[in-house]
Amino acid sequence: MSKENWGSRVGLVLAMAGNAVGLGNFLRFPAQAIQNGGGAFIIPYLTCFLLMGIPLLLVEWSMGRYGGKYGDHSTPFILDNISGGRPIWKYVGVFGIFTNLAVAAYYCYLESWTLAYVWRSVSGAFSGYDSIAVSQMFTDYVSLGTSEPIVFWIICLLLNTWILSRGLAGGVEVAAKVGMPLLIFFGLFLAVRGITLKAGTDGAIYDGTEGLNFLWTPQFDSIWNFKVWLAAAGQVFFTLSVGMGSIQCYASYLRQRDDVALNAMSAGWMNEFVEVVLGAAILIPISVGYLGIERVIELTQTGGLGLGFRTLPYLFQQWGPLLAALAGMAWFGLLFFAGITSSLAMGTPVMGFLRDEFGWKREHAAWVFGLMTFLLGAPTVWFFQYGVFDEYDYWAGSVSLVVFAMLEIILFAWVFGMDKAWAEITRHADIRVPIVYKYIIKYVTPAILVAVFVGSLVQEGGILDKAVNADIHQAIAAAVDPAQKAELNKKLLFVNASRGLLVAVFALIAYAVYLAERKRKREGYIPVIRKD
Amino acid sequence: MILANGVVIAMAGYFFWRVLRSGPPDEVDEEKASFPRGG
Repeated sequence: MSKENWGSRVGLVLAMAGNAVGLGNFLRFPAQAIQNGGGAFIIPYLTCFLLMGIPLLLVEWSMGRYGGKYGDHSTPFILDNISGGRPIWKYVGVFGIFTNLAVAAYYCYLESWTLAYVWRSVSGAFSGYDSIAVSQMFTDYVSLGTSEPIVFWIICLLLNTWILSRGLAGGVEVAAKVGMPLLIFFGLFLAVRGITLKAGTDGAIYDGTEGLNFLWTPQFDSIWNFKVWLAAAGQVFFTLSVGMGSIQCYASYLRQRDDVALNAMSAGWMNEFVEVVLGAAILIPISVGYLGIERVIELTQTGGLGLGFRTLPYLFQQWGPLLAALAGMAWFGLLFFAGITSSLAMGTPVMGFLRDEFGWKREHAAWVFGLMTFLLGAPTVWFFQYGVFDEYDYWAGSVSLVVFAMLEIILFAWVFGMDKAWAEITRHADIRVPIVYKYIIKYVTPAILVAVFVGSLVQEGGILDKAVNADIHQAIAAAVDPAQKAELNKKLLFVNASRGLLVAVFALIAYAVYLAERKRKREGYIPVIRKD
Repeated sequence: MILANGVVIAMAGYFFWRVLRSGPPDEVDEEKASFPRGG
């Protein structure tokens, strides 16, 4: 059985918060808020956090600690255990490995962009260029014009692998204890700089508070819009990293007498602090200060990635060479720390499965994770312009999460039973969890998740439309230029091939779970129950 | 804006302060620590 443990409570909470805090806190939340009613977005957002986010955190932390009692550190056998051995659930648990592997595959590439851009900021690579040229640099970067993206990607993969090979206390926890405080420090520096921007100084057209006020000015009529609630639920979901299987894995290394309730609340609210307070105070105020509200609304239509990588590096240049370098280092540095603390969390369940079921040493499991991430990620790097990256992000990074969260909460609340589930959540709790949560977890959260899933299925541009590639077919039909048609058909091919690859990976992991089950039966597996 | 940010800062600060304040876990109760495998 694995002898891994968390070294300290603060380290555990920072690692869990790091798992949740990612690029989405700084890039996705501000864009979602702008697109969905500004200040009024916070109402459905916090409501969904209380009714869906916190319940899922409590459920996943508890499931993890429960599974860890029996030496299980990944969701296939955690779910198998919780279901009382009903065969189907270990295969539902495959999501908790598949999602982490598939997301890590493209996420590490994204993470490497932030590292490269730290270097570019510090080395003055943006100095003297206009906004179009700086934006073009990003296009050139992802088009692999040079070997720089590959070099930084490999560095990122090696860094992740090395930290994972050092284990929880010696690797993941240290990274969180260093990365999270630095992230918050960099975030505060940029937030203060952004909010204190004054029109007419450093090239700013508007005050920094203009963007902040726009973001927070409520448009209350948007609250009655189901799409806004769907967007809010989606954002809460993704920001907390629930539905991935990584929380269960981290929690499985708790001692049995460790609390889950206070830990879960602390990690969850820390994520909200980074998202709502810091995330909202950087990208939008700085962008609006220089571009104006209309332009920023237009640019956030396609998310915050463009603003973050194409626009901000140019805007920082307006602050003079020293401050531009510091701001770029802080912005891309905090994105890097946000990214790496998340990707480390993705590696741990994969390693946990390999170690638990096949007895692999930690170092070997880490290197195999690194290799798998490299192989699975390679198509997202080399065929980025054909939509492979976006396909992985959609199916693994969006749909899988919702499906798995929906199934796991039904398992915990209805199959395991809410009385036992509640006993597990509140066992050794350092805070009193309001009893209303017993009913929220059983009835309200599953209902919200089903509504989110069904809503995502049927809405325009939703899962069903995506599955049949409606947008690409529409574009092909509308294209008149034969060359453009050919490019779109090529994109269709890559999109379908990506899906095939993801399905194959899921099937492979399911087969590994099948082999693990057979091995357990053959060896007469008896779990060594953790009693600490 | 101030209310929303204030709520989030207060909640995050409170729970993290509770984590920092929390003492070592209780001694293990051997009887309660034994759970049967399965649902």
